[in-house]
Amino acid sequence: MKRKTFLRAGLATLSIAAMAAMSACSGGDSGGGEAGGSGSETIALGFSQVGAESGWRAANTKDIQDTLTEENGFKLSFSDAQQKQENQIQALRSYIAQGVDVLAFSPVVETGWDAVLQEAKSANIPVILTDRAVDTTDDSLFASFIGSDFVAEGQRAGDWVVENLGKDLKVVELQGTTGSAPAIDRKEGFGKAIEGTDIDIIDSQTGDFTRAGGKQVMEGFLNSHDDIDLVFAHNDDMGLGAIEAIEAAGKKPGKDIKIVTIDAVKDGMQALVDGKINYIVECNPLLGEDLAEIAKKVVAGEAVEKRIVVEDAAFTQEEAAKVLADRTY
Amino acid sequence: MTRIYKHRLFWPVVALLALLLACTIKRPDILGISVLDGHLFGAPIDILRNSSPLLLVSLGMTLVIATRGIDLSVGAIVAISGAVALTFIASSSNPGSVGTAIGAIVVALGLCVILGAFNGLLVANFGIQPIVATLILMTAGRGVAMLITNGQITTVNSAPFSKLASGFVLGLPVAALIAYGVFAVVALVVRRTALGMLLEAVGINPEASRLAGVKSKTLVFTVYVLCGLLSGLAGLIFAANTMAADANNAGLFIELDAILAVVIGGTSLAGGKFNLAGTMIGVLIITTLTLAVTVLGISPLVTSLFKAIVVIAVTLMMSTRLRAMFGSLRDRRRYQEVGA
Repeated sequence: MKRKTFLRAGLATLSIAAMAAMSACSGGDSGGGEAGGSGSETIALGFSQVGAESGWRAANTKDIQDTLTEENGFKLSFSDAQQKQENQIQALRSYIAQGVDVLAFSPVVETGWDAVLQEAKSANIPVILTDRAVDTTDDSLFASFIGSDFVAEGQRAGDWVVENLGKDLKVVELQGTTGSAPAIDRKEGFGKAIEGTDIDIIDSQTGDFTRAGGKQVMEGFLNSHDDIDLVFAHNDDMGLGAIEAIEAAGKKPGKDIKIVTIDAVKDGMQALVDGKINYIVECNPLLGEDLAEIAKKVVAGEAVEKRIVVEDAAFTQEEAAKVLADRTY
Repeated sequence: MTRIYKHRLFWPVVALLALLLACTIKRPDILGISVLDGHLFGAPIDILRNSSPLLLVSLGMTLVIATRGIDLSVGAIVAISGAVALTFIASSSNPGSVGTAIGAIVVALGLCVILGAFNGLLVANFGIQPIVATLILMTAGRGVAMLITNGQITTVNSAPFSKLASGFVLGLPVAALIAYGVFAVVALVVRRTALGMLLEAVGINPEASRLAGVKSKTLVFTVYVLCGLLSGLAGLIFAANTMAADANNAGLFIELDAILAVVIGGTSLAGGKFNLAGTMIGVLIITTLTLAVTVLGISPLVTSLFKAIVVIAVTLMMSTRLRAMFGSLRDRRRYQEVGA
């Protein structure tokens, strides 16, 4: 970690000095990865992360960096795409050129990956998707997809609301980034769960998965509706923003207006324990171990499952209080 | 009547009122202000408070643009300022104390002055084109903010610091008092002294103003430093709003919003004459637009389109050439009527 920071610092200074219009982070550590010979023991793995847009993503990054270490037989090249597809494609191309053994990435958006994945395939480099899927007609372009089932997460949140909070509810929804898989799927899952009940989504707007976004949208909701019973936020950060807006409006989050979110990052769990959030469905960011296992298998030429669903938990306020101290993220 | 119609802020004000009207039609009580826990509460107060960071950034941007420059690095400075302040608080032994909060503010603003001076040095002393000079910090700055926060979203609990964004004094939000207060002070200083005129002179013709004895280098350097400082202040309010330093998203694209506010306000990007009141109207339009999207229930899928249409409408209405065209059409019709 120390060395990484140093490297980043070096790159940042360099880019200022050289007036390179390239961002310090998208430069990432890609320069550090020499072509790892496929004959050697260590597996050279190139990983392209979406960005660092939320607490969840930070935990996900840390887990991958902590798991794919040299002691565990990996040579990890990591780059941050800052939520831009072109950065990711560029990173993947440079990994292909370096001749890594395995490529892994969390696609920013679902479409537009066929060309670069085809290049990887031609170079005989297997690709593993983490967290988010791609939308492609050719399944042979990637070896495996490791991640949570977003529809199930939304449905689980909806089911809890239907069972525990009664029938006649007015819900506002804080959506994730428009067009992203988790936003589309969580909305769909929640909608499915409340179908046929008296629970109505009276308003729905995107908060871009950020706290500031969640707070601002919630302020708008509070100004235009007097009768909100429940907030369903597609991630914890937006829920935390909503808490601030609700408190500023003189109401008690978790009591006057109930809040249900998805992710279960540390700050979210703390708010759950404090009684400001009512229920959180976990979206497990600890994908490192699964990724390591699958990567070893594909390099060894073993068959792997096309879809690996990560186990997610869900927490009520009481359950959260019990596990909070032991949570690693 | 025609004089009001011809005023250059006529259309921006109409646009602002139209947005508020649209919200009122949808929600008749939206503009109501109530008293809650001893302070004012309601959508207009939210607009004032949420417009604070953008107002500060746009104020700096207006002055920079007046000198024929532009500052693209404001968003990155917003991110750096928040990152520094919250990291400072997080690493202190007593995060909740007033002293720590003041220390964080001083350190963050100090760094932002240095960053502004860096821009000013490149533009004023080395003669690098402003768009290129500030592009450096715009791209590298976010990397610096990421370094400071170590790629994480730093969150802290500090009651005094959070007052910057969510506190109230005399029933009004602290953030708005700071932003509009600073705005008033800068406007007074610029307009009640010769400073504003000198800035315009530099913007209209740098060489001529230098020959006339205006210290253009010092002036240009100073506006970039001021712009950095104001962006830093905006960054503090932004960070205090959610008490989280988000290096990736804090102030993202705020440079574009600020430039837009300046243009809506009738200041030309070619430099020279600037209009601070216009910038304020522009900022209020942009902030109200965000509220309108929520109140009118516009689908997230078409939000950007809706905003674009409003902006295009305002800028078209303000275009002198277009207005001249309409004017001549009307005149011609009048002639025809007379002729018939």
